Amino acid sequence: MRRIRDMIRGRAGELLRDGTVNRVLGWTNGEFYYDPNPAIFETEKSLDSLVYNGFSAAMLSKYLIEATKKEGRVLVFLKPCDTYSFNHLLKEHKVNREKTYVIGIGCGGMLDIEKLRTLGAKGIESIDEEGENVVAHTLYGDKTFARRDALLEKCLSCKGKEHKVYDELAVADDLWEWETVNRFTKVGELEGMGPGERFSFWRGELSRCIRCNACRNACPVCSCLKCVFDNPRSGVQAKANADSFEENMFHIIRAFHVAGRCSDCGECSRVCPQNIPLHLLNRKFIKDINAFYGEYQAGAVAEGKSPLTEYATGDVEPSIVYERGGA
Amino acid sequence: MMLKLSKDKIGELFQKIASDRTLYLPVDNNGQVNFGRWTPDAAVRLDQLKTVKSSKDFFFPQTENIVAFKRQGKDISIIEKRDANEPFVVFGVRGCDVRSLDILDRVFLCDPVDSFYKARRENGTIVSFACSEPEENCFCGVFGIDAADPLGDATIRVIGGDLYWDAKTDKGRALEESAGALFTQATALDSDAIKEHDERSREISGRLPLKDLDLDSFEESALLEKFNSPLWKELSQACVGCGTCTYVCPTCQCYDIQDFDTGHGIQRFRCWDSCMYSDFTLMAHGNNRKSQVERFRQRFMHKLIYYPANNDGIFSCVGCGRCVAKCPISMNIAKVIRALGGVSVSV
Repeated sequence: MRRIRDMIRGRAGELLRDGTVNRVLGWTNGEFYYDPNPAIFETEKSLDSLVYNGFSAAMLSKYLIEATKKEGRVLVFLKPCDTYSFNHLLKEHKVNREKTYVIGIGCGGMLDIEKLRTLGAKGIESIDEEGENVVAHTLYGDKTFARRDALLEKCLSCKGKEHKVYDELAVADDLWEWETVNRFTKVGELEGMGPGERFSFWRGELSRCIRCNACRNACPVCSCLKCVFDNPRSGVQAKANADSFEENMFHIIRAFHVAGRCSDCGECSRVCPQNIPLHLLNRKFIKDINAFYGEYQAGAVAEGKSPLTEYATGDVEPSIVYERGGA
Repeated sequence: MMLKLSKDKIGELFQKIASDRTLYLPVDNNGQVNFGRWTPDAAVRLDQLKTVKSSKDFFFPQTENIVAFKRQGKDISIIEKRDANEPFVVFGVRGCDVRSLDILDRVFLCDPVDSFYKARRENGTIVSFACSEPEENCFCGVFGIDAADPLGDATIRVIGGDLYWDAKTDKGRALEESAGALFTQATALDSDAIKEHDERSREISGRLPLKDLDLDSFEESALLEKFNSPLWKELSQACVGCGTCTYVCPTCQCYDIQDFDTGHGIQRFRCWDSCMYSDFTLMAHGNNRKSQVERFRQRFMHKLIYYPANNDGIFSCVGCGRCVAKCPISMNIAKVIRALGGVSVSV
């Protein structure tokens, strides 16, 4: 991905210089190799700190909601998965396409620093990405890991390397390829459980929730101007709840709210400080939507209706809940 | 006098401590390690340097009921319903988290004293845990914390197959007495091992990448200069406005008090709040910090300028590195100190 970084640094500089764009939305380097953060670059000089590596996982499309409210045009780098979110934001008129310039960038899979730590990397001073391996140079010696073992959950079930929307591409032919997993396998396992077992699975996972709202705030389709849970007048403002079950309901309600809009970008699970597999809730909805209304991928295109915003006489009846509930 | 216990007997120590009080210690919940209640089959994880959340919860819980109101006809009765105050032990608290209690004390124990917090502080015994292998995102040394020999009511060190116990206060000695029969006296040989352990730990701390964060310019006289710095806009632009940094922080102390209509009365509770949230300190006139730039600035100005200005120059950060590890978009106090510290920023 270093080649792509060099390409996009150069290209971003050109586009700023010739006035095609007024600013650039990318990632800037941090204290460590693994902590680049999203940033807006306004000068060619500042692009020296633009980074793109295995830890540039934070998606940029949602930042465009604010960035495209400003004067001028913004250049954004979108990984293939991020183009789905971008398309969906266009569909909901949250982002002005005219004010964006999209460079679709190739991706060799994003890494999970927590996974590296769990695998035994302690005191990580620097990291080298070397093809199928990741080498962590630590305070306690060097450690080599298989890149696939350190991939983010969302990348293990990657939707593919195709960019769904772009103005130009910056890809490399030597990007690492990996074997992906079926994203519905775990959902199938949960469906196979009895209601009691499934209930305790979720009670266990959600028991770690600290209601930091990172899942909601990072979600590209959670783009309400004011969330009902932040609104003191809504009657359901929820900095705290009556009991832990009510707490759990937050996640279920959120999953309902993004159903049919969620592209399965996986940001919710990536950002969760307690590593709750929130993506499984969304995937359950996606799996059901596919089964009830035919295959549908949110964000594949920026036009048209989605299954839950369209009515057809052959649509499934609400009674399906009782037939499939398994109670 | 340092005492010693073989590591395989640690379960007996936990059993002993838990026999007459609640024991909290780092426990694994599906891969995530947090402080949790000890039970004989709890997955205790003393090998993990940091818990996701700090030990703050036991003194300042995320949610707590304060008082309830009940109306019958024209009468309103006030029902005080406090959690039972029982002695408890938090075991395995790192030096950073121990220091954080001192920072919270200065807020909750000054006049007017927070009686909920005070009761828990009085009932709680802290067994701290010396760090043998600090991690790259640790920077407690910047705040003068000695991770190799932290404060606390008692301190444990785990060296090889042994656990060393060092009682430091009356509470610690009382706990030691109740578990006395399990311990043996440490020998001169042990003292050498401990010395070596502490020196090695300090040596590692001395070459951590964040050890040179420069706090010199964060002082009250620089308040306006820092407040008006153009860098806040740049630093905050990636912030998604979630509360992760606040909720994993051992020193964040802001809370909200709200009334919950139970349908047959009112339950007044308090819960953690985050200055990163759009409804934080919302008042009748609206919000006094309308943008994320202002909210973001508030969090760091509080930790690095306002708090120290009111508390003998003590910063409200302990360098535990949790925000460094957990921020969804990798913005954190270390980056803020790096950007705003050191050289004076011209406005």
